[in-house]
Parts: sequence; structure tokens; C-alpha cells
Amino acid sequence: MTTDTVSPGRRVSYRFNKIGLMSLCIILAWALVAFLAPLLAPYPVGKIVNFEFYAPMSAKFWMGTDYLGRDMLSRVLMGARYTVGISLVAVALACFMGVALGMMAAVLGGWIDTVLSRLMDALISIPSKLFGLVVVAGLGSSIPVLILTLAVIYTPGSYRFARALAVNINAMDYVVVARARGEGLGYLVRSEILPNITGPVLADFGLRFVFIVLLLSGLSFLGLGVQPPFADWGALVRENLGGLSLGAPAVVFPSLAIATLTISVNLLIDNLPRKIRDQGA
Amino acid sequence: MNRQIIELVSWRLASAVVTLLIVSFTIFLATMMLPGDVAQILLGQAATPEAVAGLRKAMHLDEPAIFQFLKWLGGLASGDLGRSYANNMPIAALIGGRLANSLKLAAATTAIAVPLALTLGITSAINRNSLYDRIISGLTIAVISVPEFLLATLAVLVFAVYLRWLPALSLANETKTFADLLRVYALPVITLTFGVSAQMIRMTRAAVIETLNTPYVEMAMLKGASRRRKVLWHALPNALGPIVNAIALSLSYLLGGVIIVETIFSYPGIAKLMVDAVSTRDLPLIQSCAMIFCVGYLVLVTIADIIAIVSNPRLRT
Repeated sequence: MTTDTVSPGRRVSYRFNKIGLMSLCIILAWALVAFLAPLLAPYPVGKIVNFEFYAPMSAKFWMGTDYLGRDMLSRVLMGARYTVGISLVAVALACFMGVALGMMAAVLGGWIDTVLSRLMDALISIPSKLFGLVVVAGLGSSIPVLILTLAVIYTPGSYRFARALAVNINAMDYVVVARARGEGLGYLVRSEILPNITGPVLADFGLRFVFIVLLLSGLSFLGLGVQPPFADWGALVRENLGGLSLGAPAVVFPSLAIATLTISVNLLIDNLPRKIRDQGA
Repeated sequence: MNRQIIELVSWRLASAVVTLLIVSFTIFLATMMLPGDVAQILLGQAATPEAVAGLRKAMHLDEPAIFQFLKWLGGLASGDLGRSYANNMPIAALIGGRLANSLKLAAATTAIAVPLALTLGITSAINRNSLYDRIISGLTIAVISVPEFLLATLAVLVFAVYLRWLPALSLANETKTFADLLRVYALPVITLTFGVSAQMIRMTRAAVIETLNTPYVEMAMLKGASRRRKVLWHALPNALGPIVNAIALSLSYLLGGVIIVETIFSYPGIAKLMVDAVSTRDLPLIQSCAMIFCVGYLVLVTIADIIAIVSNPRLRT
């Protein structure tokens, strides 16, 4: 994120700049694909449609075929559903838990804050890939387990972020006044703190989404993520790794799909309109 | 060093120890959750129930989890890591050589990544918003946005498939000459270097730019100091703390990256050992490897924090 300050002459608006708009379009396109995948896929997803495996790109198979001769385009489109869907649910869970607990810790303070913070610090000291590896290997890989694991792994980061922001707001006069008025925890969190940290929290949501997409792809690549016959983009790369030495499009396109999604989100965060990014900050 | 710094640092160290305890308990719990009865797995399907019960007793599997945890922790503290379930070898012996291999990989990566990242980070901060800076920023965003396996497959595609310079696998035991050694380490090190330096470049650049925005640098500029002098003489010494902090934090990326990289290149390091242990359900081995990873991570993060504390000018009175 850039550190420069708003120069007085610059107009503050909700308008996106060019890069921001472009990345937003790519993200929305992938979201749409994830939603409509079965309608868009030209061939049945699991069906072997070609006798030639690792086929090159052609008019019939836009992204070639995979190691069994299945249409790659259909599989990448369906993969969007797993990658985007699982990551989105996981990041929503992680941010909800993290932000809610973080605000609570900041407002309540005292031993609740200490205990929560210690616990989160400990969780954050476990490398994410290692945590995922152990838990997913232990419980077996199903989509609910994946979502919960990813959410738990990224809750502490979100907690720390939200707590740090909320502690600052908590010291503001209007919060002190509200507290003196006798407002309860629910009111303070909902009406005083949350509206003032939404901008940074949204940016953090995007960043964490990228982390989760990367971790999910990594786990799938190790064979611990989405299980066959279904496949997210990471699993698609793993399946077709044998085609790497042939330069098959079957390895390249799922990789490209991951890269376009994650790079777009990162660029969007860096190019958010000032008005959104600075909300309350 | 004044008292306040010493106090803060010792507080940080104490909290690292507490964190380590919680982490070790978490790891222990997580591995306890692995389904399947170890004794049953070890003896196979044909084992009689009595034999399974006997083995469970011999391995202390029938005791409450908390006792098993304390026993394990005591063993760790005294250097006894236990024996592997899979082949009954002492874990210390299994891990020893593997850990050395992984450390070599990490050391080689650090030796290349740190100078590279510092140079690129500082130069792009000096030439902020120039074409050079924009290219570097774009590249680093791209690299931190993609998974490690993508970097690795890309490296294989370019160096092993198209250029045919390097082997796609890294069997570190087959090295005889120095050239062999280089060839074996090249791909894993290239992949890791990319990932680590991208983080480091971004953080270094941000740290230098932040100090460039401070009043004293502005003052230097008003007095007519050249751009180069401004950066090297006024900004850099003050950005040193945040930069070293950034280096330590970025190096912790190695711990995650190494899991993917060692698996892809079949590099005989500790991460590969752990991935294999996960598939054979070798609990003591998984626990030990996981602890090593967490300790490494915690050490790096703690060092980063302590550097941040010590280099904070507000505490230097």
C-alpha cells in the first residue's frame, strides 16, 4: 500500500483509476464464471472427449485437453467454482471471526484481551502451510474441512489487524462519551467502531483472500486440497504436471487462472479509490 | 542500551516462550486428531486384539493425552525426540541429515536473496515512481501474488525443459563435483529466491520511502543535499532497523516455501520428510518436524521484533 498522503489539490472521489477498474473487471468476471460455470462449460466436465491427451490448443478445445483427454476449458471454468467459492467462504468466515473478536478485545480490554491476543499470537506462529498440511492430512480432505481450516488459519491475522485499528478508535473522545452514556458492548462495536474501520478492513479482506487462494492452491497441489474427480485450479496443475515437459496448455492455463485472479486482487487493493481506502483511517 | 529497552526485549522473549508452549500443545492436539489407531496400523490387519492392546500399552498410547503431552515435551527438552513409528529409527537420526540439507538450501537462498533484494529495494525507493520503480513494483506484486508451485513449475519449464541447463530433480546425495552441486541446488534456490526477495524488496522500498518522508530528510533537502546524499546519508541509517526487520520477516517465508519446493524437486530436506511422514501417519516424526518449523519461525519473528524495539529511536534516550 502506498504511504503518500492526500495532497490538498487532489479530488477525493469514489472513482477507480484505470488499473483498479481493470482488476475489478477481471475479479468480477471470475466471480461470474464461478457462478455460471456449468452453463458456460462447452463439454461435460468429467467426460473424456478426445483420444489425444495433452492436446494443444485448437478450435474444438480452446485450452487443449488434459492428461486423460478431458476438455481443459470446461475444467478450468469449473475449477473457478472451487477456488473462488471455497476461498470466498473461508475468507468471509476468517474476517468475520477476526474482526468481531478483535473489536471485542479492544473494547473490553483486560484479561479477555490478554488471553485472546496470546492465543492468536500462538496460532499465528504456526506457518500456515504446515498447519494446513497437518490438519487436512489428519481429518481427511473434504470441502467443509478445507473451508474451516483455511478460516482458522487466517483468523489470527485478521484479529490482530482489526484489534490494532479498534484500539485507536476506542481511545477517541466520541467512544469515551458513548461509554460514559452507558452504551453496551454491542452498540460500541456496531455503531462507533465498525463504521470507522471498514475501509482498512475491506483492504485486509482482499489481501487475506489472496493468501487463502494461494494456500488452497498449494494444498491442492500437494494433493491435500480438493479431491478428484473434482478439481480446483491447484489440483488441475498437479494433475497435469506430467505435461510440463511437453509444454502442454493443460498446465499453463490453470496456472494463468490463479495468477490473473490473485494479481488482480492485489492490484485492486493498491488502487482502491481514496474514499474507500481511507474510510475512517 | 537503557533499562526500558532491556525490559521490552525480555518481555518479548518471555512471550515467545509462552507462545512456543501454546504452539507445542496445538501441534500435539492436531496430531492426536489424526484418525486411525497407530498400534493397529503398525501391526497390520491380521493382528490379534491382544497384540494391539499390548502394543498400545508398550507405546503409552492408553494414557491420558495430557500425560502423553508432558512426556513428549520432557523428551523434547532433553533432546530425546522419540522413535519413528514407521521404521523404529530414532527421530533425531532421521532428522539430522535432512535438517542440514534444508539449512543449506535456506542459507544459499539467503546469501543470494538479501543482497539482491536490498539493492533492488533501495534503488527503486531512490528512483520512486520512475519507470524502473514501476517495473520492479509490478514484478514483485506478480511474484507475491502467485503460489510457489507456479514459480517452481515456471523455473522448471524455462531452465530444465526449454533451455535444458538444469536437471528437474534435486538428489543432493549424488553430488561429486562443485558443478554438480551448483546444478542440483540451482532450481530450488532460484525458486525460493524469487519468492523471498519479492517480499523483501517491497518491504525495503516501503521502509526507505517512509524515512524519506520524515522532516529531517526534508530539512536535508532544503539545505540542498543531493538526492544520493539524502538517501545514503540521512534516510538509510534510519531505515536500517525496519529493513533488518523486513529481512527477518521475509526469511520466515522460506519456511512455507520450502514445503512446496522440496516436494516438487524431491529435495531430501526436512519438509519433504514431513510431507512423507504425513502420508505414513508417523506421529512422532510429524510432531518433531512441525516443532522444528515453528521454532524456526518463532525465532525469526522474535528477532524481527527485537530489532524493531532496539532500533526504535523513541526508546533511544
